[in-house]
Amino acid sequence: LKTLEEIKTEIEAAVPGVGVEIVPNPSVSGQHSLRLTPGHAFETAKFLRDGMGFDYLSNATGVDWPEREVAEKVRVTRQVTRTVDGVEQAAEETVEETRKHTEPGCLEAVYHLYSSSQKQGPLVVRMRTVNRTDQVELPSLTPIWRSAEFQEREIFDLFGIVFTGHPDLRRLLMWPEFKDYPMRRDYVEPDDFEFEPTAHDAVLARAEAHKAASAATGQEGTGAGQ
Amino acid sequence: MMDTTAKTTIGAADERERPEGWNRPREMEPNGDGELLEVAMGPHHPSTHGVFRMDVALDGEHVVRLKPVFGYLHRNHEKIAEGVSYLASMPYTDRLDYMCSLTNNWAYALAVEKLTGQEVPERAEYLRVILGELTRVQNHASSIGFLIQEMGASGTPLMYAFREREKILDLFEGLTGSRMMCNYMRFGGCRVDASPAWLDGARKVVAGLPGFMDEMDRLLSSNEILMARTQGVGILRPELAVNAGVTGPMLRACGVNYDIRKVDGYGIYNRFKFRVPLGDHWDVYDRFMIRMLEIRESVKILEQALKEIPGGPVMDPKAKIRGFRPKPGEAYGRIESPKGELGFYLISDGGPNPYRYRVRPPSLVNLTVLEDMCLGHDIADVVLIFGSVDIVLGEVDR
Repeated sequence: LKTLEEIKTEIEAAVPGVGVEIVPNPSVSGQHSLRLTPGHAFETAKFLRDGMGFDYLSNATGVDWPEREVAEKVRVTRQVTRTVDGVEQAAEETVEETRKHTEPGCLEAVYHLYSSSQKQGPLVVRMRTVNRTDQVELPSLTPIWRSAEFQEREIFDLFGIVFTGHPDLRRLLMWPEFKDYPMRRDYVEPDDFEFEPTAHDAVLARAEAHKAASAATGQEGTGAGQ
Repeated sequence: MMDTTAKTTIGAADERERPEGWNRPREMEPNGDGELLEVAMGPHHPSTHGVFRMDVALDGEHVVRLKPVFGYLHRNHEKIAEGVSYLASMPYTDRLDYMCSLTNNWAYALAVEKLTGQEVPERAEYLRVILGELTRVQNHASSIGFLIQEMGASGTPLMYAFREREKILDLFEGLTGSRMMCNYMRFGGCRVDASPAWLDGARKVVAGLPGFMDEMDRLLSSNEILMARTQGVGILRPELAVNAGVTGPMLRACGVNYDIRKVDGYGIYNRFKFRVPLGDHWDVYDRFMIRMLEIRESVKILEQALKEIPGGPVMDPKAKIRGFRPKPGEAYGRIESPKGELGFYLISDGGPNPYRYRVRPPSLVNLTVLEDMCLGHDIADVVLIFGSVDIVLGEVDR
């Protein structure tokens, strides 16, 4: 069994210019992961399958990391003037200040890889999009592992990550006319769930139009068979 | 350090044999006049085990295209689970694969135990194995029954299977209070202890299972119609099966020796002696036969577990079940459910709810290759091939 560091070194040797970063997992599960830069993810995945034997992609899923405000405590030294015994003196004082900054949000795709013959795994591989609004493309790994086909469609459906190179990227669970991405953290449920345009509505509209047309030409009948 | 140049794994076979797109369904050329008939099988079709649709393009009787359509039973289980505490989604996991609620419980409990580092007492591990294997027996028996039912043998084999399933469901009811929605496992053990009388009842049911299997074997395995309908139908190549993430009896029917009970040895499975049956024709008949043989192996595990089960507590007394906050981090836990690899992926941000809760559904991923298996076969065989995948829509759509 190889350690994550060994796998990282091998990837860096095999795929020139790749950016691999080990993301530590503080939980007791000890499942640390590798973060790939999306630009080289496809070649890296190909190497993981063909060169390292990770031929089985078990789980592919998305995670939404919205923009968040991080409060940080910093110690700052500043010049103050103090009055000691009626005399003003310049002195240095160290105080604790809370500074806030916003971390940009992103969407993340997480893949769990195993090897079917060497009983190795899980190797957790993750990729991040640039942001959550307009740059949400990631390379699709479906050409490498077919098991990602429906799971990436599900990520696209529920999180809104666009997988470039996916052979058939459509919504999987929600209907095609649906607009939002339900698994995002800031998703708001619609008040009215009855807004799905069904085939039945289209048929009814057509029937109404047909009735109006036949009334205009003075013909009788329901429209059937005419 | 292993030799990375050795091409030993199935997925790393010679690239020359792997042209671009080898793992895609092949393009079918219509014969004859080229007129295609598009049929929507489902969502209300008796063979689809629920609300599932296959958009099939037919050239005469032959399937030239098949696109599965999901989502009719979608209720976003994952989103609901992210809004409630860890314990509160335990009963909801019963509703994923409602034929096998106990293995769903087990997979979820295993993932949370990985996240928190919770230990499980020995007796609880034994009870989990006993209940998990009983679940496997009743799931495989009924899935065989449904497969034969879809072949046209109305009733008899399915009722034989259901008679046996009923005994097992009675055991579940006696222990957990519910036949199907068991909600039994907890993080760090099981909810209630099994009484000696219950264990005796389980031993009695298990003692009757080999006789039931002999009966099913005599009834089905060498049945001429069954062999004619299933042999050579729906062939799935092993390298595609691995690449497409197919797991469970489907994968082992392709001859790939991958059983998570052996690979991970989760729980206490490495204490038991059992074999992993493998298929060598990769067709629907093999999938049927693998399930028959797996029931016999499950019976072996059950006999050993029921003999060796120790006394003691069924819950870790130090375990926190309610209102705990795992340290930030993530964990992926998986088990061999009767349908395949059932995994739960959890991310904790230190709060009382999971930040991310993901179910890796074996039924959905096993359907990836449905089109590949069906292309070129008659529309009547699609029903059989679909039945041999063994899915439950509660898990596919979540």
